[in-house]
Amino acid sequence: MKLLTHNMLRSHVSGVTRGFPLIIRADEVKLNSVDFNREFVTRMIPKLEWEALVQSAESLGHGSDLPRELVSGYENDEEFLKKVHHVLLEVEVLEGALKCPESGTEFPINRGIPNMLINEEES
Amino acid sequence: MALPGRSGAAAVCKYLLLLAQENCEFRPPEISSLLSLYGGNINNQEDHGTSPFCVLNIPCEDLARKIMNRTVCAKSLFELWGNGKCLDELKQSVQKYPLERMVPYLQPNSTYKICIHSFNKTLTQKEKIEKIDIADGQRELINSYSVKKRHFIGNTSMDAGLSFIMANHAKVKPNDLVFDPFVGTGGLLVPCAHFGAYVCGTEIDYNTVHGRGKATRMNQKWRGPDENIRANLRQYGLEKYYLDVLVSDASKPIWRRGPLFDAIITDPPYGIRESTRKTGTQKEIIKTDQFPESHVPVQLTYHLSDIFLDLLNFSAEFLVVGGRLVYWLPVYRPEYTEEVVPRHPCLKLISNCEQMLSSHTSRRLITMEKVKEFEDKDQYAHLEDGHYLLYQGHNSFREKYFSGLTKRIAREERARAGEQNCSDFGSTQEQQDV
Repeated sequence: MKLLTHNMLRSHVSGVTRGFPLIIRADEVKLNSVDFNREFVTRMIPKLEWEALVQSAESLGHGSDLPRELVSGYENDEEFLKKVHHVLLEVEVLEGALKCPESGTEFPINRGIPNMLINEEES
Repeated sequence: MALPGRSGAAAVCKYLLLLAQENCEFRPPEISSLLSLYGGNINNQEDHGTSPFCVLNIPCEDLARKIMNRTVCAKSLFELWGNGKCLDELKQSVQKYPLERMVPYLQPNSTYKICIHSFNKTLTQKEKIEKIDIADGQRELINSYSVKKRHFIGNTSMDAGLSFIMANHAKVKPNDLVFDPFVGTGGLLVPCAHFGAYVCGTEIDYNTVHGRGKATRMNQKWRGPDENIRANLRQYGLEKYYLDVLVSDASKPIWRRGPLFDAIITDPPYGIRESTRKTGTQKEIIKTDQFPESHVPVQLTYHLSDIFLDLLNFSAEFLVVGGRLVYWLPVYRPEYTEEVVPRHPCLKLISNCEQMLSSHTSRRLITMEKVKEFEDKDQYAHLEDGHYLLYQGHNSFREKYFSGLTKRIAREERARAGEQNCSDFGSTQEQQDV
């Protein structure tokens, strides 16, 4: 699971109000090299929940370079865009779980793939 | 983002488009979608019905080349200097063509070649048409992305030609974010990534997402270790466009609310080859010894009309304005009218093309565009307004599909599928046999 995906996911456990961001419990993280695409990163930034991105990147130990707040004019800051690219697309959680911030329900991540199904028999 | 013509209206050129004689209904929407994607006027096509020729008025050659760079329905495009039913008519027509446009090709050192194309009959060297072949379409994509050569496939993998047509109807462009809520083995993500979009999807079946369980191909019992969507994209050099595929139930709200996706392209399960399922509570938990970690909750039947209601509501909420939803709608032909196509106040119907499956059933490729921002009240539109009421008949599609005559066809089709073992039940080849 990439952090870009994580930034768009929420908990769907019944009764939760926001369910966002999901808390990441990472047992195995892998860094992949992905071609930098300036235009894509620039297009994605306005769609992000910035604070949640910084928070989740830090929880994985890869967010120390990111500013707390988005500064204007970032479109022209190549160095900044490359950092965002790295966090969005190159940091991957292979094994672990996503935890609902309200109910504590866990969604397991196996071989890089989150399982968002809820077994209602179990809950 | 209209492209400038060379010198105003006078610069508009006529082009003759030679179309492949298959998927005829899907051709005009593909060409209009691409014209619209690249800023051309979409109302300039002259409708030629099932004719393989289509005349386009295009302001500049650059736009023509862009279209040919994407189309899988068209074979080639020619600058049209003249036309006529007989040689005299043709001659007169060509003589009217502005000389300044011919001059670049009429230099003393320029060479020329005359090709005669005929349709549905063989011609001798009688008609001499001066034409310049300016570009070829992307027909070879259908072969190079053939399902037969693909690493990871499922029972219902879409044939490559139709999947590229879907991406074109959806106006997928570089740096888009494209989502398939019923992603299966990811066949619809491949053409989107080919066109430079970043792709993601969800699938309820854990074993499919993880590329585990029984193989679809004949002579192969279990799937190999690297059979998954990511590996498919890697096979085509497109892994950089892979975001994520999740195990999830398309009827559950797992996405943060807002316009996240530029296009939604999907082939929802009709329950013919793959069953329609969603999660819920019911006794009888399925767990296999082979994959004990698979965590498979109970799966309930997901009614077809609910699938389409959910899909339209989801698209209305999660598409960007101007983004498109492209999906297949199964139809029992004797009961079909345009009213059964689901509507939504935020989505405008762009095109609706039929592909025959059997004498009584077909599926329709529906393309819709988000034309207004989603508001909470919109998701209840189907309850308030009869116009948005979904056709309950979709629910019994499966029974109708397997009833009487269609039962026999389904049987033959299964036998054929056994031979080919990797083409979709709606592939054009089978369609012609029906």
